[in-house]
Amino acid sequence: MSTLEIKDLQVRVNTEDGPIEILKGVTLTINDGETHAIMGPNGSGKSTLAYSIAGHPRYEVTGGTVTLDGEDVLTMSVDERARAGLFLAMQYPVEVPGVSVSNFLRTAKTAIDGEAPKLRTWVKDVNGALEKMNLDPTFSQRSVNEGFSGGEKKRHEIAQLELLDPKVAILDETDSGLDIDALKVVSDGVNRFRERDGKGVLLITHYTRILRYITPDRVHVFVAGKVAESGGPELAEELEANGYDRFLNASV
Amino acid sequence: MSAAVVSDALEQEHVESHLHPEPTFDLAAHPLPTGREEVWRFTPLKRLRGLLEDVASVETLEWKESLPAGVTLTRSSTDDAVALGGTAPFDRLGALAVKNAGGALVLDIPSDSEIEEPVRLILHGTNADAIVWSHLVVRIGTHAKATVVVEHSGSTTYDAFTTVLVGDGAHLDLVHVNDWADDAVHAEQINARVGRDAQLRQFEFTLGGDLVRTSTNVDYAGPGGTAELFGLYFADAGQHFEHRLFVDHTAPKTVSNVVYKGALQGEKAHTVWVGNVLIRKVAEGIETYEENRNLILTEGCHADSIPNLEIETGEIAGAGHASAIGRFDDEQLFYLRSRGIEEKEARKLVVRGFFDELIRKVTIPELAAKLSGQVEEELQRHVLADLA
Ligand SMILES: Nc1ncnc2c1ncn2[C@@H]1O[C@H](COP(=O)(O)OP(=O)(O)O)[C@@H](O)[C@H]1O
Ligand SMILES: [Mg+2]
Repeated sequence: MSTLEIKDLQVRVNTEDGPIEILKGVTLTINDGETHAIMGPNGSGKSTLAYSIAGHPRYEVTGGTVTLDGEDVLTMSVDERARAGLFLAMQYPVEVPGVSVSNFLRTAKTAIDGEAPKLRTWVKDVNGALEKMNLDPTFSQRSVNEGFSGGEKKRHEIAQLELLDPKVAILDETDSGLDIDALKVVSDGVNRFRERDGKGVLLITHYTRILRYITPDRVHVFVAGKVAESGGPELAEELEANGYDRFLNASV
Repeated sequence: MSAAVVSDALEQEHVESHLHPEPTFDLAAHPLPTGREEVWRFTPLKRLRGLLEDVASVETLEWKESLPAGVTLTRSSTDDAVALGGTAPFDRLGALAVKNAGGALVLDIPSDSEIEEPVRLILHGTNADAIVWSHLVVRIGTHAKATVVVEHSGSTTYDAFTTVLVGDGAHLDLVHVNDWADDAVHAEQINARVGRDAQLRQFEFTLGGDLVRTSTNVDYAGPGGTAELFGLYFADAGQHFEHRLFVDHTAPKTVSNVVYKGALQGEKAHTVWVGNVLIRKVAEGIETYEENRNLILTEGCHADSIPNLEIETGEIAGAGHASAIGRFDDEQLFYLRSRGIEEKEARKLVVRGFFDELIRKVTIPELAAKLSGQVEEELQRHVLADLA
């Protein structure tokens, strides 16, 4: 079971020029096994939503609730949220110099499972996950995200999704900047995750093209820190045809 | 390296680098500093506990050595040791060590020998108040290859002058581990001369002591030499660790690569890194890079980092430097924690990763393992203890 429930979420970021309200009441429920797409123009607050759910310290929640299977997510620390079953594939994955991918993956897996993975199956699992993402085995000796190409970073995020096996995955523009081959590899990875029992996905994207490979159950148009309209996959088709203009004008 | 080559190197057109006084053994030419001089302004002189005074002492550290076959360690008079070559002391500490050590020890690695096993000098102090002067010469003959490890521990007030002579075509890895007790004072000047096509790789690991101040000065006896100077330091509350480097490119086609990384934690932990590089007019086609990065782990610490490059010829292959003082990167910690890794473990990973590049260069596996263990212990003491 995995239900992520976001109710009236309000978030601000504190800047030198004072606080800026970014999320202005976001309400959204991802039921067991559902995939939801969030589409919106640049600057509409999509990453803010993703980071706020994951608990990034820069974002201050000023109202609303987020629960995972009824548990209050907002009172959990960042790592507790991950151990509770949340995963965020980041739009801009962070470099961690000197920490190898293999050490990082093993440490994360151990943290999430509460015990070290069995060595023999683990090595096989890691190599398998990297291979499926078209990353060669020497990749695991490189420092996390350091010197990775944009595509490698994104594929590494999805390899983690496969290995860490969360309940709900939030994918923040994982498709951005990928060429068509990489987009297929990444989409296949996400689809394999979705085939597992009861996994939720919140797919944040700026473009409709990834929705040709990953069919969402629901589509939400996100404008100016709010869901402007929700619908089925046909809403994505409308966006593909007409763009965001209708929603932008409505929100002014 | 022949004596003739050394004197050639010394006789080339002299150019004064503004940060470097004339090297000389003459103590009178190195007056007692006031503390305002460029080379002294970072050092808390009082905490040198009398090491700037010209006082006799017969105290020594306890020495244990492990000398592989072919390697010798012999006593020599001061004059004979000085006659072996190398640059004279740049400062009063160096001159005092030579004057008062009552002779030198000479570690000799013969020409053409390839010494697999590391040469180890294990030095231990048992009395914080006893002043110890020391004069050591490390000489590796032409085309020889060896690793020399000098390990320091215990309590002392210690001032050493170490001459390093790397023969033509020789490869020397020289490792200093400064893992003193909390009450130790350690000053050292390491003056190295790198022969034609020779390679010196020096490592300094400074992990303990009340005050540690080392100056490493490198020059080249001929073209084609390489000096790689690596350092790792981890300063705790109240500790002053100062590493001064001076690479004097005295010959063409020489290479220098300096990388020092430090972490600081606890009230009044203070580190100083000064990296001076002088590229002389003759030093065409040289390549130099120096880098110092500091990771401030808690409030109340202070790191000084001063790279300084002086270039007297335009004909160089490359010159660069980087210097940084930073705190834990919140984005790195967030990324790791968003994968379920607890804050403590995340911090450990980041610091280990920060030093990893240097520890990986240590070719003696036991030593590399010991050093990463010590970094971990240091972390445990503060950053992680606070998060318990
Ligand atoms: N740390 C920050 N400081 C200042 N403004 C920010 C910060 N993070 C986000 N914003 C602002 O909040 C808005 C939403 O940003 P973001 O969530 O990144 O949007 P999206 O992911 O939809 O492009 C933008 O106007 C952005 O400039
Ligand atoms: Mg974004």
